[in-house]
Amino acid sequence: MIKLSLFGLLGLVVRRDLLLAMRRRTDVLTTLVFFVMVVSLFPLGVGPEPDMLRKMASGVVWVAALLASMLSLPRMFSADHADGTLEQMMLAPQSLSVLVLGKILAHWMLSGLPLALIAPVLGLQFDMSAQALWILVLALLLGTPVLSMIGAIGAALTLGLRGGGVLVSLLVLPLCIPVLIFGAGAVEAVNGGMSAVSNLALLGAFMLFALVFTPFVAAQALRISME
Amino acid sequence: MVCTAGGAIVYNPTLFCFRRATRFFMQQAPLLEVKDLACERGDHRLFSGLNFVLAAGELMQVQGPNGSGKTTLLRSLCGFVQPVQGTVHWNGQDIGEWDDDFHAEMCYLGHLNAIKDELSALENLQMSAGLAGYTVSDQQAVAALRRMGLQRREHLPVRVLSQGQRRRVALARLLIGDAHLWVLDEPLTALDVGAVGLMQELIGEHLSKGGMTIFTTHQPLQVAGVEIRQLVLT
Amino acid sequence: MAINWFKYSAPSTFYGLAGKLIPFFAWPAAILFAIGLYIGFFVAPTDAVQSEAYRIIFIHVPASILSMFIYLIMAGYAALGLIFNTRLSSMMAQALAPTGALFAFISLWTGALWGKPMWGAWWVWDARLTSELILLFLYLGFIALQASIEDTRRADKAAALLAIVGSVNVPIIYFSVKWWNTLHQGATIKMTGTSMHVAMQQAMFIVLVACWLYVIAVALARVRSIILERERNTQWVNELKEVRS
Repeated sequence: MIKLSLFGLLGLVVRRDLLLAMRRRTDVLTTLVFFVMVVSLFPLGVGPEPDMLRKMASGVVWVAALLASMLSLPRMFSADHADGTLEQMMLAPQSLSVLVLGKILAHWMLSGLPLALIAPVLGLQFDMSAQALWILVLALLLGTPVLSMIGAIGAALTLGLRGGGVLVSLLVLPLCIPVLIFGAGAVEAVNGGMSAVSNLALLGAFMLFALVFTPFVAAQALRISME
Repeated sequence: MVCTAGGAIVYNPTLFCFRRATRFFMQQAPLLEVKDLACERGDHRLFSGLNFVLAAGELMQVQGPNGSGKTTLLRSLCGFVQPVQGTVHWNGQDIGEWDDDFHAEMCYLGHLNAIKDELSALENLQMSAGLAGYTVSDQQAVAALRRMGLQRREHLPVRVLSQGQRRRVALARLLIGDAHLWVLDEPLTALDVGAVGLMQELIGEHLSKGGMTIFTTHQPLQVAGVEIRQLVLT
Repeated sequence: MAINWFKYSAPSTFYGLAGKLIPFFAWPAAILFAIGLYIGFFVAPTDAVQSEAYRIIFIHVPASILSMFIYLIMAGYAALGLIFNTRLSSMMAQALAPTGALFAFISLWTGALWGKPMWGAWWVWDARLTSELILLFLYLGFIALQASIEDTRRADKAAALLAIVGSVNVPIIYFSVKWWNTLHQGATIKMTGTSMHVAMQQAMFIVLVACWLYVIAVALARVRSIILERERNTQWVNELKEVRS
């Protein structure tokens, strides 16, 4: 029965963050617009040859997804920290890891999930095949949660610091490189006629690994930052 | 298992009822003991060798000039700041670095109101209750807000309320919990005379029900029939 | 032995000990450097394939090995500081970070200098060099995080957590990059086969030991200045000869 209340708490935190985001929609939309803009900038920079664009496509989409996630990371904890609600959440008698997991889940639903859903439209700009698009969406669905999770640790460590956004990116981007490599690699495998299963399986493994460890580590980081 | 409802509060039967029953069976009056506490901020030692005991029904004010460590002391009781020396004991047990059980029995109100601007006062109260692990019905929340003088403003987003009204929403949290220990850091900020009187009443009621309060304030606060113990930090 | 360690775990006593130990590491480091580089540059034979340019590996390989080694040591000290709340461990981690970053940087540059005569390009996305680049970013992140937080205790603990997360990630990053590199059939910087001439092996080993001693000496020197900076308000610092004069 106690477990149920933990899930109930998770649901409460997610609902709360979603409700807050819905009442302040601009934050979510700016992340999406940034993503679309960055992806659209690349052809402008390198020229519109279809062959080259097709080769670049998955890498470009993934890098843009990384950058857009980094952009939205400081928001995970900073608003709650600024008005004192984060303190109260930490004083809640439930495990802080569960609360952090709820916040990570809400963050992913507001940044990673929309990115993954828009990506096919952007992939069409690069003339990707239907199969490649499908794998791209799947890879993003598996990879963006990991970005949110690792990003949560970075956001928790840099809580309240000036220059937060850039510092978080500096800390988190190197750690996200494996996700980038295997995520983009999944699409390239499909383009090369091979199966993307191994890449996707590795992404899934990263996600599970992060799911087990990052809420706890992020909770510790929050405690360190609140001193 | 029968749940005893304190006042007009309903508990989540799975989690809090068990805890309530345990407290009942342990028959222990709540007790806060601070032994030889020393805290630092930056590299600067704020205070050391602090010893006191706070029992049920007692009210303690922490006094001292700005920068003497009053807020740090209250935050170290919560566990946000780790003391460099000394221990804090709740009901005889050392709370160590972090103690969820202790947090279940205390309520902390800091400088910040801990309310979200985008939510209404009612929603804020319900969220606070949910995060603390229990559900509170609309009626109870509205009753608490009415007590705090916010009738007809429960559904407005907190954004449109004044500073004093926001503080009242933050204080309403005290009414819907069953915390034994209230840790209040300058609770009277931005409150008008009427609200100050109300606050004094609420503290008096809390103490008479067996609760205890430790607070700091820059405004005078008196509770009828209760002697305020002073803790002075230099 | 236990009593000795605890005595030196206080910054005030360690300051003096570190000062005395530095020459014992610095001089051998300098001498071994000279010997190692002499053997490497003059004594070891010319490689059949890569001619004289390959000699840069006598600096490149020790630098790479040490940059990774220092990261683990730094993370270890930082973890000790986080778990046991010992100030000196965190100071040692802070002292090691810039040296580790320097070695990663040197490794990148020497790798580029090696790659240029070999493949005509300053930077080939070799798996090891790319991992070195990422390691450099991890070092810079550690240093940046510590520098951005004013409260020293929070800075130490936050950086420690980052270092621990980083060290868990380093193997993952290394293998991801290696896989990525093989997939794209990039060029790889290889040693000249498994059977290296004895003189080459000797030279590399001596330079490695020399670098290691250098790192210890520099870390001790840096930790002394960190101790002075952090403990500047205490009595024992103000009574030191260096400070009073």
